[in-house]
Amino acid sequence: MYNTIVMVKQVPDTANISGKVMKDDGTVNRSMLPAIFNHEDKEALEMALRVKEKYGGTVSVITMGPPRASDMLRECLYMGADKAYLISDRKFAGSDTLATSYVLSKAVKRVGEFDIVFAGRQAIDGDTAQVGPQTAEKLNLPQATYAEEILELDGDKIKIKCAIDGGYEVLEGKLPLLVTVVKDSNQPRPFSAKRTMRFKNAKTLLDIQKMSDENSLLTLQELVEEYKSKNLYIETITSEDLTNLDAAMLGLHGSPTKVHKVESVVLAGGKYEKIEASKDGIASLIDELLNDHILG
Amino acid sequence: MEERKREVWVFIEQRDGKTAEVSFELLSKGRKLADSLNGVLKSVVIGNNVRGIAEETFKFGADETLLVEDKALEKFRVMPYATVMIKLVKKHQPRIVLFGATIIGRGLAPRVASNTVSGLTADCTDLQISDVTYLKKDFPELLLQIRPAFGGNIIATIITPDNPIQMATVREGVMEMHPLDAPNPIKITEIPYEPEPMDDVLQIIEQHREERKVNLKAAPIIVAGGYGLGSKENFKLIHDLAAAIGGEVAGSRAAVDAGFVEHERQIGQTGVTVRPKLIFEVGISGAIQHRAGMQEANKIIAINIDPEAPIFDIAHYGIIGSAENVIPLFIETLKHKLK
Repeated sequence: MYNTIVMVKQVPDTANISGKVMKDDGTVNRSMLPAIFNHEDKEALEMALRVKEKYGGTVSVITMGPPRASDMLRECLYMGADKAYLISDRKFAGSDTLATSYVLSKAVKRVGEFDIVFAGRQAIDGDTAQVGPQTAEKLNLPQATYAEEILELDGDKIKIKCAIDGGYEVLEGKLPLLVTVVKDSNQPRPFSAKRTMRFKNAKTLLDIQKMSDENSLLTLQELVEEYKSKNLYIETITSEDLTNLDAAMLGLHGSPTKVHKVESVVLAGGKYEKIEASKDGIASLIDELLNDHILG
Repeated sequence: MEERKREVWVFIEQRDGKTAEVSFELLSKGRKLADSLNGVLKSVVIGNNVRGIAEETFKFGADETLLVEDKALEKFRVMPYATVMIKLVKKHQPRIVLFGATIIGRGLAPRVASNTVSGLTADCTDLQISDVTYLKKDFPELLLQIRPAFGGNIIATIITPDNPIQMATVREGVMEMHPLDAPNPIKITEIPYEPEPMDDVLQIIEQHREERKVNLKAAPIIVAGGYGLGSKENFKLIHDLAAAIGGEVAGSRAAVDAGFVEHERQIGQTGVTVRPKLIFEVGISGAIQHRAGMQEANKIIAINIDPEAPIFDIAHYGIIGSAENVIPLFIETLKHKLK
């Protein structure tokens, strides 16, 4: 039996941008960027679900983000996660990777006992690969990054295969530890139809608050209890739910790195020599390349 | 404000006793940064029997090398290496610490930055020293950490104004390597390894490493294909052109993701950075992450059906047309000329 916690993130789909991402006023046009489940985090969840299937235990998922990240948490439930937590608070806004890791490390402790913490190697919006190792450091856990496969779990022993530059290595060690997972390791499973039917009604505190405003028959507390009893409650964790939180470590204030300047990518443009896509055009290009000794 | 230490450090990465090229590239950049700060460049070499590596760093501008040798440090393992780096950084408080954005650097740097509460920026494409005014406060001689963000649609300049230590990782090939004409005098300071209890929690029981089969960085001519080729079958055109002109085949990230070409041939921010004599960019729109990996090429020939493709903005020659038309025509004409 192994209890695992998977750190997941909802990210803008930076790979599929349909138009101009920056508005003319220099802000990011989020409507151009649909929010998706970060692919490598999905791989991490798949690895955790396989541990559960093989050895038993539970899989909890946590995400730090705005309320709409609950869409992704529901997807985690559709895939097979047992419990989902949304870590959301305005005080966390503007966090760099260090401030994010600080909150995540506190949230992991809040979720409870665990044997392995999983995360994707990196998220496609920042591509930093820093949050996994930084969370491990804050939790005083050893780390295995770029993991491809857990080869064996036996008591508190783990054998894990990880990518290294130019190859791979197998690490052997003791639990607990934090594992970051690389893409294409696991082929994440599709959503289970049965679980989707059931968990599409899973709700966060904010969702339930909206309902209780509309429906005065039940109090907020009663509604929350009802969702909890049906196992359809996505627990929302705010700064108030985390113990020993140092306010100086949160958000923009707790972030050593600051964005000084953001520029839209502007290209000088159009100074190239245009070559006709014809026999003559290409022949003259080849002549030029041969004369300059670039070809031949 | 307390005077910050004018030390620039480079973590030297070695695998099986061989220095990673990125470490020399970082030393060359670190030398420039140290000069602009009027400071010193130090390298940190960790391993076992690696004095030779420590000595090499003086050829690339190091003023001093901190050498930590122990049998337990023979192969890179993140826990003991982090222990060493954390202790050194805490004791000496360098102003800047640079790591390669390799698997090793990307595991080690965040751990060290977290423990020492340092700012860390990943995958910088440029590093500069500049005075900065941030939120109406003046900060002298900060490290500007410049990197693409949001999938490469914007360029962000990141700073670490309030914390004393600024760390950054840089990908292999992004910075240029400049060996000194005459190496700096060797000054090696040996530091003993003091293990921490968690250092040995993870052991390496197996390791396999293959030399890279393709060496794009060394190729004078490269033919790169993108998602615009449309299919793996069509990508054969790239191979045909490469064969005809004696070039290496490469691809954009989109082409790699689509399975047209293998990952080790990927050019760009998450692939290899190249500086060839000539590069063909075929069916590649030219997203900034891609351009970051090839814009230093001497000659760029862009072939694209879309005249608005950003690749034309950095091209020297542009052909508006499809690969299916242009490539066979090119091969045929070249064969004719070389007869």
